[in-house]
Amino acid sequence: MKIYVPLDSAAKALGADAVAEAIRDAAQAGGKDVQIVRNGSRGMIWLEPLVEIEHDDGVRLAYGPVSVADVPALLDGSAETLGPVEEIPFFARQTRLTFARCGVIDPLDIADYEAHGGLSGLRRAIAMTPADIVQEVTDSGLRGRGGAGFPTGIKWKTVHDTPAGQKYIICNADEGDSGTFADRMIMEGDPFTLIEGMAIAGLAVGATRGYVYLRSEYPVAIEVMNAAVEAARAAGMLGDDVLGSGRAFDMEIRVGAGAYVCGEETSLLNSLEGKRGVVRAKPPLPAIEGFLGRPTVVNNVISLATVPVIFERGAAHYADFGLGRSKGTTPVQIAGNVKYGGLFETAFGMPLRELIDDVAGGTASGRPVKAVQVGGPLGAYMPRSTFDTPFAYEEFDGQGGLIGHAGVVVFDDSVDMLKMARFAMEFCAVESCGKCTPCRIGAVRGVETIDRIAEGDADAPELLGDLCETMTDGSLCALGGLTPYPVMSALRHFPDDFARSREAAE
Amino acid sequence: MRQDLPQPTAGEMQPLIERHLQKEGPLLPILHSLQEAFGHIPQAAVSLIADALNITRAEVHGVVSFYHDFRDVPAGRHVVKICRAEACQSMGGAALADAALERLGVAWHGTTADGAITIEPVYCLGLCACGPAAMVDGELVGRVDAERLDTILKEAGA
Ligand SMILES: Cc1cc2nc3c(=O)[nH]c(=O)nc-3n(C[C@H](O)[C@H](O)[C@H](O)COP(=O)(O)O)c2cc1C
Ligand code: SF4
Ligand code: FES
Ligand code: FES
Repeated sequence: MKIYVPLDSAAKALGADAVAEAIRDAAQAGGKDVQIVRNGSRGMIWLEPLVEIEHDDGVRLAYGPVSVADVPALLDGSAETLGPVEEIPFFARQTRLTFARCGVIDPLDIADYEAHGGLSGLRRAIAMTPADIVQEVTDSGLRGRGGAGFPTGIKWKTVHDTPAGQKYIICNADEGDSGTFADRMIMEGDPFTLIEGMAIAGLAVGATRGYVYLRSEYPVAIEVMNAAVEAARAAGMLGDDVLGSGRAFDMEIRVGAGAYVCGEETSLLNSLEGKRGVVRAKPPLPAIEGFLGRPTVVNNVISLATVPVIFERGAAHYADFGLGRSKGTTPVQIAGNVKYGGLFETAFGMPLRELIDDVAGGTASGRPVKAVQVGGPLGAYMPRSTFDTPFAYEEFDGQGGLIGHAGVVVFDDSVDMLKMARFAMEFCAVESCGKCTPCRIGAVRGVETIDRIAEGDADAPELLGDLCETMTDGSLCALGGLTPYPVMSALRHFPDDFARSREAAE
Repeated sequence: MRQDLPQPTAGEMQPLIERHLQKEGPLLPILHSLQEAFGHIPQAAVSLIADALNITRAEVHGVVSFYHDFRDVPAGRHVVKICRAEACQSMGGAALADAALERLGVAWHGTTADGAITIEPVYCLGLCACGPAAMVDGELVGRVDAERLDTILKEAGA
């Protein structure tokens, strides 16, 4: 009997390790032949720990959430199943390209990886010229999933076209945005996909070395990625002769140190070089003068982990999905106060309303949805009146928002938007790299000004607007530059929360 | 993470520094190794690192102080990190954190008088679909409620 128990952080946080241990103990005591596979998560977090039992016909039946007390029934067949895992509606309606293997395979088994389409993208890339590899990525329409949505092919072309003795591929795995966990899930559930994507990037631009800058808040991902790099090296997927191509690419995992701003690419480069994580002025672009002053590709985990499937299926196949200039799929991370939270990979274009009311099933509390914050702590708070917006770059931009790293955080009507605006300013103050006055000082003033609004100061709202304008105009990076998004959207869309205290004061 | 450990000697710290010297950008790996071994970055490590990397002590200190992870004094015997970020707030995380701080009688980053618990804020653990989230001595905990928090703090000796 083959039983899958996820090793994913969310599954662990909900008791998966104890469940795996109980299954092992019970099987041993009962003399049952049970093979336990620690897989990634399928992304249905409300069902975690979600245990799957594989049957002779290959069908994997799902059970969840499973507790230690459920284990005897699980083993004697009397536990009630949720049915085949891939038929659970939340899963069945997804388009899984980047996450096709996540939760399916043993994350550290290269043979399993290959049996599910792994390495075919890299093999195809090896047979292509670097310029053709770059063209394929451009043709796929892939845009950076780290937040800014910059076309990946164009970035690669710049590095490709810049001659240098040493170039680098750097994967941004700093994933600091609240409401996001796609990077974490793929690194824990299908790490070879990221490694393969980085190797293809290396072939494309002529880089032989890579780093993953992985946040320290992700201990499980760090462990899995380190083990995966070793396994990939042992299998010849990394090293002096990548899959017998005669070309070299190797990589290392580096751990961050708890600074949100180090997700910003130039701050990340400083941090990786062993400096304070202060943002650098651009130009020079990292693509021209990046890590240690050399041409460097900095891409988000999901951008790089999507490259293998583009090469496996072809750029046209990938570009066929999506809406307008938002091509392909995106792993929407449904988080916060929702009934069905988790990772939902779908083609760009699904209206926000469908994601929230339908896919997420509304709030966990059962109360009405008041606001959603899309795109992390620098994303706007959106009221119900904007829920027709299709999930895509330009469409969100048109609403004064951003999709960022595709995290969607849902709040019910008990949320106080003044407090959320205050938190946005406080977060900016805590995490500012300190380089620009409008960000470093402005955010502290922002907290004070919002406190004055709460105390009923009638002049304070206008002051807050001016302050936000200064931050927008005078900040070097998006931390100071976009913190006004959540603040001003809260003020604009939810004026009652800012007036209530004023009335009380009058 | 023990406050009762003696200060490490240069001989104990040196190998942890040298281990990383071949790396490109060795400073963060060095600091992580030292903190893992000694629970903080010992004052005496700063000049050892500065010498090894041929940078000034002020530069080393500047890096140590920039990052939230690095401590200049050891934490309590147990470290409880509670997520303060938005998704956890949407599930009642702020009230939960306030209750923990009040119960322990400390502010964020504080350590209880008996040295049992240090409480730290964390801005997202990637558990945003099962919040409020916490990390207790490196172990992840999801869907923390008042009862679960009580158990965590009791087990940590509060
Ligand atoms: C304050 C701040 C934090 C950021 N955090 C991240 C992050 O955690 N992960 C990420 O991939 N990009 C982050 N970015 C965006 C990066 O600067 C950069 O655009 C991205 O890594 C490029 O990769 P992509 O083109 O594949 O998206 C952040 C930007 C800012 C301003
Ligand atoms: S906006 Fe803030 S975080 Fe960004 S560079 Fe300026 S001070 Fe640093
Ligand atoms: S230094 Fe950047 S705005 Fe003043
Ligand atoms: S917001 Fe708390 S774990 Fe992500």
